[in-house]
Amino acid sequence: MKTLVKGNEAVVIGALVAGCDAYFGYPITPASEIAHKASEYFLKLNKIFIQAECEVGAINMVYGAASSGLRVMTASSGPGISLKQEGVSYLAGANLPAVIVDVMRVGPGLGNIGPEQGDYNQVVKGGGHGNYHAIVLAPNSVAEMYSLTIRAFELADQYRTPVYLLADATIGQMMEPIDVQKVESRSFEKPWRADATPETNENLITSIYLDFDDMEAHVQRLNQKYEEIAQQEADAETWRTEDAELVVTGYGIVSRLLHTVVDSLRAEGKKVGMIRPKTLWPFPTRCYQENVPDGAKVLAVELSTGQFVDDVRLALPHHSVAFYGRVGGNVPTLEQIREQILQQLGADN
Amino acid sequence: MPTLLQKPASFFQNFDRKPSQQQSTHYCPGCGHGILNKLIAETISDLEIQDKTIFVGPVGCGVFYYYYFDVASVSSPHGRASAVGTGVSRANPDAVTLVYQGDGDLAAIGTSNAIHAANRGENMIVFFINNNIYGMTGGQLAPTTLLQQKTATSPYGRSLLNDGPPLRMTELVAGLEAPVLVARVAVNSPKNILQARKVIRRGMQAQKDKKGYVFIEVLSQCPTNWRKSPIDACKWIDETVTKYFPLGVQKDVIDEREPQIRKLERPDFETVAHAIGLDKEETTGKETVALPFEEIRLKSAGFGGQGVLSLGLIFSFAAMKKGWQTTWLPSYGPEMRGGVANCSVMVSASKIGTPLVDTPNILIAMNKPSMFRFAPLVPEDGLIIYNSTMIDEIPDNLRTKNVFPLDAGNIAMELGNSKFANSVVLAFLAAKTKMFTLEELKEYVRGYFANDKIYEANVPALERGYALGG
Repeated sequence: MKTLVKGNEAVVIGALVAGCDAYFGYPITPASEIAHKASEYFLKLNKIFIQAECEVGAINMVYGAASSGLRVMTASSGPGISLKQEGVSYLAGANLPAVIVDVMRVGPGLGNIGPEQGDYNQVVKGGGHGNYHAIVLAPNSVAEMYSLTIRAFELADQYRTPVYLLADATIGQMMEPIDVQKVESRSFEKPWRADATPETNENLITSIYLDFDDMEAHVQRLNQKYEEIAQQEADAETWRTEDAELVVTGYGIVSRLLHTVVDSLRAEGKKVGMIRPKTLWPFPTRCYQENVPDGAKVLAVELSTGQFVDDVRLALPHHSVAFYGRVGGNVPTLEQIREQILQQLGADN
Repeated sequence: MPTLLQKPASFFQNFDRKPSQQQSTHYCPGCGHGILNKLIAETISDLEIQDKTIFVGPVGCGVFYYYYFDVASVSSPHGRASAVGTGVSRANPDAVTLVYQGDGDLAAIGTSNAIHAANRGENMIVFFINNNIYGMTGGQLAPTTLLQQKTATSPYGRSLLNDGPPLRMTELVAGLEAPVLVARVAVNSPKNILQARKVIRRGMQAQKDKKGYVFIEVLSQCPTNWRKSPIDACKWIDETVTKYFPLGVQKDVIDEREPQIRKLERPDFETVAHAIGLDKEETTGKETVALPFEEIRLKSAGFGGQGVLSLGLIFSFAAMKKGWQTTWLPSYGPEMRGGVANCSVMVSASKIGTPLVDTPNILIAMNKPSMFRFAPLVPEDGLIIYNSTMIDEIPDNLRTKNVFPLDAGNIAMELGNSKFANSVVLAFLAAKTKMFTLEELKEYVRGYFANDKIYEANVPALERGYALGG
């Protein structure tokens, strides 16, 4: 049935529908409602919920429960994600599935609790040590906070890898209806798990390979997996790009603003379109290359000082990609975005 | 030929996972780890818990535990074995969770995780191997290094002023309520090994019986990094180390405690839906009407406590129930200052782009600051409803003529509680926009509160507001 919930609560409902067994987390604004609702529902349902002593503890509890083959998650915001990064590297290195939610706030340092997208690099580019990637999904609505959480658990199990949901304070705090229905979430056999059954006695969950050649082979196997993910899982939404003279691009809450501005400019006869990545790693490079018309201008809009735009420029080496960013908790008005687009469109005239 | 000496079944007969020298361990000659490994493996086999033991290993000299133990194994990041063990233990209520950590791992980088796992009384047994030094990393200062002891990072000896006194973990953990067995043993002499064996068996049996958290500190000799012969190293434990770290059982309440079983269930969708209240019937029979605008951009603003956020939320909820698209977003950051709490509500028949409202076409202003701040932004065809109880003048630069004063505060007081003011305004808005009939509004408000008492208390306010707006 339909229910009106905050983005943060939608994550918890999605996790429950996906059959998540355990939540380990530490409170932090603006992600705390995830912990609130997880404690309410997980404990009621005799699932596992622990408010960990710290973010590092939380991610390592995730590691332990994931080792046993459970569906496991944690959630935090920027400062907490920084602390979890070592653990995420271990999850990736040990081929462990887990879901991590980052409801981004403002940084660096303590910053504030407004919306920002400054965690892009630390989440999309790795953040922890070593050669690894985590899949990064970028919801732009409460409905996607729900549906992409379910998807995140499937991807995590399918590829045995940590998967991030990268949201921001606005998406986490806003309310929209979600339609909660029974879904057949794909379940996966986990013969590699280490649990209290005799058949897993010989199983070892680790990321240590002392021999250099063994370690190189391990990293290459991980890399093959990442190549497969890059081929299979990159995803983006395109909007009115066919004949666009300018394509504006952004993810998360920004894409909602862009959508509105594109519609209003189209109504005035301006040829503008939008691309909105739904996965940030893998970055939907092919989608950009196939949908941005030759010669079209591109404007990347983000709530950071130029992190996302780097990937847009890598995807579109033959296009001129302009940048517009706001930070500090400020979200641009529709009018400000409109001016930026018109300025780019008019630059030739 | 009969076998006289055999490794326990939980110990690999040949160390196939070890790259070379697969008949001997990687431990240095004279090291205590091997003795402790043997005591643990014997206990696992004797208690017949090999199939349900999960070994959670550390970083440090114990890092290669999986060369030797034929049990399910999970390696941890440095210091995190007690947190990883917590996840393992909760995920496997039937398991014996065995955590193995050295002094740097448990008492320095991972102290917080170790203390909190103990304090939660996790069903796990933690072996804390204290050899007063970092072994694997090359002989640096440990939190348990003795005063004046020289290490790679205390070349002039551990200093009280610079490093503080050595940390007694056993005493610290014994001070906690939850642990059931806390003891310090040593593996430096036959006498001490026999005593250690006894304590380990008691601790492992407690795990098998689900009695809770067990902490066993094991004083262990490190001839290599102590730069002593194996014999001198063993003597040094008796003569020096145990003077600061006394052996013995600090706490044993195993017999007083009941087994603790933590449930882990996998409910089906129906059970989940019921638990979160999403298994109720959908309401039906909506009257189709047009929205007053193609897209409603509503701002509900006022003092905190005037119910402006819930006014917007109930409006959004009602719109959802009626089948429209809707979003609700509470105000953020600087907007909260200056006495203006507000929320943005979007309602549309089609997909909604931005949930942020810059230029509201419907404004609910419950106090003066919000009236002066937002009313001038409302476009010519927009609608302003303001609480005239608290707003005695309006800005002179309004663009719209659709401005409706409503004495909501006083009406609410007449009805018995100032808190009804937002219900008066909500119903006025519903009537003015013709979006909901009074019956629909009541039904949705009842559904929103999911509490008939609160709903019924608000009914007079809804009826009064609706009549005034009609």
